Amino acid sequence: MNFVAWKMLLHDRAKYLGLVFAIAFSTFLLENQTSIFAGILKRTASQILDVTDAEVWVMEPSSQYFDDTKPMRDTALLRVRGVPGVRWAVRLYKGLPVARTSTGHFAQSIVTGLDDATLVGAPRRMVLGSWERLREPDSVIVDRAGYFLLFPGEPLALGGRLEMNDHIGIIVGISEASAPFVSFPVLHARYSVAVNFQGQGRNQLSYVVVRSADGIALSELCARITAQTGLRARKTDEFAWDCIQYYLRNTGLPVNFGITIAIALVVGTVVAGQTFYLFTVEHLRQFGTLKALGVSNPRLVAMVLLQAFTVGLIGFGLGTGMAALFFEVSHLKIVTRGITLIWQTVALTGSCMLLVILLASYLSVRRVLVLDPAVIFRS
Amino acid sequence: MNTPAVRCQNLQKHFGEGDTRIEVLRGVDFTAMAGQLTFLLGPSGCGKTTFLSVIADLLECSGGVVKLFGRDIRSVPAAERVRFRRANLGFVFQQCNLLPSLTATENAAVPLLAAGARRRDAFDRARELLTRLGLGDRLDTLPSRLSGGQQQRVATARALIHQPRLILCDEPTAALDHRAGEAVMELLAAAGLAPDRAVIVVTHDTRLLHFAHSIAKMDDGRIVEVATRDPVSNQPGPALS
Repeated sequence: MNFVAWKMLLHDRAKYLGLVFAIAFSTFLLENQTSIFAGILKRTASQILDVTDAEVWVMEPSSQYFDDTKPMRDTALLRVRGVPGVRWAVRLYKGLPVARTSTGHFAQSIVTGLDDATLVGAPRRMVLGSWERLREPDSVIVDRAGYFLLFPGEPLALGGRLEMNDHIGIIVGISEASAPFVSFPVLHARYSVAVNFQGQGRNQLSYVVVRSADGIALSELCARITAQTGLRARKTDEFAWDCIQYYLRNTGLPVNFGITIAIALVVGTVVAGQTFYLFTVEHLRQFGTLKALGVSNPRLVAMVLLQAFTVGLIGFGLGTGMAALFFEVSHLKIVTRGITLIWQTVALTGSCMLLVILLASYLSVRRVLVLDPAVIFRS
Repeated sequence: MNTPAVRCQNLQKHFGEGDTRIEVLRGVDFTAMAGQLTFLLGPSGCGKTTFLSVIADLLECSGGVVKLFGRDIRSVPAAERVRFRRANLGFVFQQCNLLPSLTATENAAVPLLAAGARRRDAFDRARELLTRLGLGDRLDTLPSRLSGGQQQRVATARALIHQPRLILCDEPTAALDHRAGEAVMELLAAAGLAPDRAVIVVTHDTRLLHFAHSIAKMDDGRIVEVATRDPVSNQPGPALS
């Protein structure tokens, strides 16, 4: 009887398409908004995650998230190195100087100062040049998006000059750094160079990044560093989540996106659920006929479920395809780079749509099960 | 000698309770013999359709006994009752109740498909039957493109395809002109009757009474008169008043 269920479903084209597109657009909205939301939140931690060598980040105890740094004394580095279980520890500077070009363009920039000796934290994905050239005097690496911001309309090229705090930085590489939360250029330089790009205070050290010795758990190492130095030590993923949670708690992002996501869910549930329910109600006489002709209740339930899951799967597939197409196009743009359709949002949306389908099916199935087949004798 | 296909004793059916209680069947005694075409007449609202629904096991009776081919199907489990209905009953409705999304062939094949027959076998059987009923050129046509008479023939094919022992018809000719009505009745009489089969027709159309072997008149929830064809002369017995 499956083909009867399908034929019933497809016969009413307008309702069938209405159902499919209700679920498709709901899916698209949910996947689109949750992925953008997740992408933006991930940006708050992008500078942390880009330092792939670091396992533990050490900072002033009052620091809450990456952009909120209180400089430490340089001696903090030595104190951290003295903690048992630390294989190596290097310093990392983070500043927000204003960079100017010779043509007069300027932009506030995120400068990361890397340990002079090891260059731990140097960008791994290079578009032009190489990160090893950071060893050259006054050298900086700028990210591709930042380059277009500082040198609008100009092709990517090395050798350009940036002036920050009366210091010159010469571009020796162009990287593909992960997009930051705010659309500032991302610069990398040696620590000793980077600290000059901003007005200097008594303390300069933003972070100490640490690699653990073999055989020690990171959480144990963090606890040791905190106990021994009084500084805050967080595993890389913990620190990334600290940033994400800070923005969740202190910005309107979750409310704004939450409203859109809730609307998408409600619209999807109401429109798709109600349309499917009405579809079943309008076909009750046909179900009654089948019931009178001896089609059993379990078979009728299977037919309703088949109809619901058919529109659900097609709608979900279409919606996911639309979302994938959207991100396929948008990730090529500078401002939306790095925001992609992630499998978690697809899974989450799929679960939501499954619930919508199950709810609509439940309501429809109830009507079919309590249907009095004698209805067919009534004209 | 023919045996009873349907036997009802003191059949009662009411809807609602208390002040809203409506007695629809008030102790119906009725017998339809196998091998016969029985007509059920009566004014609108007298309970004919409810009576037919109870016989078909689509409605539970409030009291009394219904036996189909000697078997009180209300004494068997629900799932078995569905199987019994599927195997032994055929329906022709006033509104045809064809599924608008299915072709004539597919509609006619539904009872076989519901019984688990292979689709190809069911369709072959439906095509064969529809061709016999004069719809050989409309096999793949949707109901919306069939005339009323053609739709009723498809519905008749659906009622006959699984060779049920009892065919229940509710005003099968109400939507048809006299000629088409006669044709449908001829089909039912020819294909639906056999020594172990019976057809019960609820109708208002007295022009079709010459098909009847037996006529029961119903009024106010009871069978008030029964007329049978004389077995020797094959002429109608005492006329209904």
